[in-house]
Amino acid sequence: MIQIESLSKNFAEKKVLKEVSLSIPNGKITSLVGSNGAGKSTLLGIISRILEPDQGAIIISEKNIKEYKNRILAQHLSILKQSNHINLKLTVRDLVSFGRFPYSQGRLTAEDELKIDEAIAFLNLTEIAEDYIDELSGGQRQRAFLAMVVAQDTDYILLDEPLNNLDMKHSVQIMKILKELCQQKGKTIVMVIHDINFASYYSDYIAAMKGGQVIHFDKTENIIEPHILHDVFDIHFEIIERGGRRICNYYDN
Amino acid sequence: MTDILSLSEEQWLVLRVSRVPRTIALLLAGIGVSVCGLILQQMTQNKFVSPATAGTLDAAKFGILAALILLPEAGGVLKVLFTFAFTFLASLVFLKIADRIRYRNIIFIPIVGLLFGGILNSVTVFFAYQFNIVQDVGGSGESYGAWMVGDFSGVLEGNYELLYLCIPAVLLTYLYASKFTVVGLGKDFSKNLGLNYRSVLNIGLVCVSLTISVIAITIGMIPFLGLVVPNLTSLLLGGNLKKTLPFTAIFGAIFLLICDIIGRLIIFPFEVPIGMMVGVVGGVIFLVLLLKRNR
Repeated sequence: MIQIESLSKNFAEKKVLKEVSLSIPNGKITSLVGSNGAGKSTLLGIISRILEPDQGAIIISEKNIKEYKNRILAQHLSILKQSNHINLKLTVRDLVSFGRFPYSQGRLTAEDELKIDEAIAFLNLTEIAEDYIDELSGGQRQRAFLAMVVAQDTDYILLDEPLNNLDMKHSVQIMKILKELCQQKGKTIVMVIHDINFASYYSDYIAAMKGGQVIHFDKTENIIEPHILHDVFDIHFEIIERGGRRICNYYDN
Repeated sequence: MTDILSLSEEQWLVLRVSRVPRTIALLLAGIGVSVCGLILQQMTQNKFVSPATAGTLDAAKFGILAALILLPEAGGVLKVLFTFAFTFLASLVFLKIADRIRYRNIIFIPIVGLLFGGILNSVTVFFAYQFNIVQDVGGSGESYGAWMVGDFSGVLEGNYELLYLCIPAVLLTYLYASKFTVVGLGKDFSKNLGLNYRSVLNIGLVCVSLTISVIAITIGMIPFLGLVVPNLTSLLLGGNLKKTLPFTAIFGAIFLLICDIIGRLIIFPFEVPIGMMVGVVGGVIFLVLLLKRNR
């Protein structure tokens, strides 16, 4: 479980997070949704220790993340940021190998090699494993980064807009992979996502943020309700239910 | 062939005192400057940064001048330490500046580096004139009237041995090769992998500052080398330092050796200082690289 305890963060005078508290359940996909500037990415950044909070604490496996050694925490928790422009010429395999860095510090063992091969296979990258990252398409590149996260083999995976710049086909592909990671490998996934329908279709829990606070947190089916979504986004939502899944139509506002 | 086998005593002396030291100095400087360029490029995540465009060389010059003024009687090692301290501090400042720049344009950071180096340089020149030691500062380049242009013609047994300090520094960068690759992928990326970003940066800075300091003191400035060689290597072999760092070192040594040979042949029996040779050859190669990139 990731426990977030009264987290606050200011950028200059602006309060980006206001005493946010939340418990994110294990082995599930939790989506953070909300308008631009609601504080989603900041919250994710603090959970992943890339940003320092001004107040509050993050508890992972009953231990404050500040008490973990860098290397050990990197074996428990990984984050994939949205802007992954790499200006180094690396092959897919090179990149995925870095996922083993917290374990081997760059000197790969036989076990590391095995995990790397597994991760590459899991993301269907075997054929392009020796290709350079900067020559791949957007969807392939995103899969390569996910493969690195898979090789890092952490219980907790944080993703900041994993579908950014991907077309529909590749978005679905990525979400399916995440679902598999969660169901087959028991990973806990927390992601910031803008497309409410992807969130509705693929996540188990949704935390809705507004003005630096989590204003709703519940199972997905309890969040995808017209009045709650209106509360979060200030626009009108029509919910269409098909076979137990809820799709939002908000295009007519 | 028989000439080589039957060297006269005098020829042996020349070989031992001048030719061998010169070749070793060339190899070490070639390796040192190219590897430093590579490490600086990783640390700033910018392919256009090199000792010449990050103010590192200017800081070394400044350090040498300060050592001459403040500790005129100092021996080689003390001079190195002094210069090293200046170079390290200046590089630290440059990294801080580069880190602060929000506008992460690929050309902008080296331009800031050039400005930074220019400021250091002007301070150095000012004090050099004040103390009337413009001619004294730097390697053996003064015989050409150019200030600290790298030159190997003055390398003799007994005056180049400081260069051996490059070896441990370069070996250390190789041990840290994977870590420098991760650092080159950014601060957040490093944090995610549990890498202590700051301490790797500091180690890189120590290696770069030490190497550049001893090269500046014994040889002088060799521009372009630290820019061209790492870029050529990464263009050909990619960006994983574990694989490319040894090649960068070897290419650097060969490149410098070739420049030296050309420089000694074209106006024989005189020689063109290596700094100029590298500037010309490296400049041309770099222009070609740039044009190819834009195509």
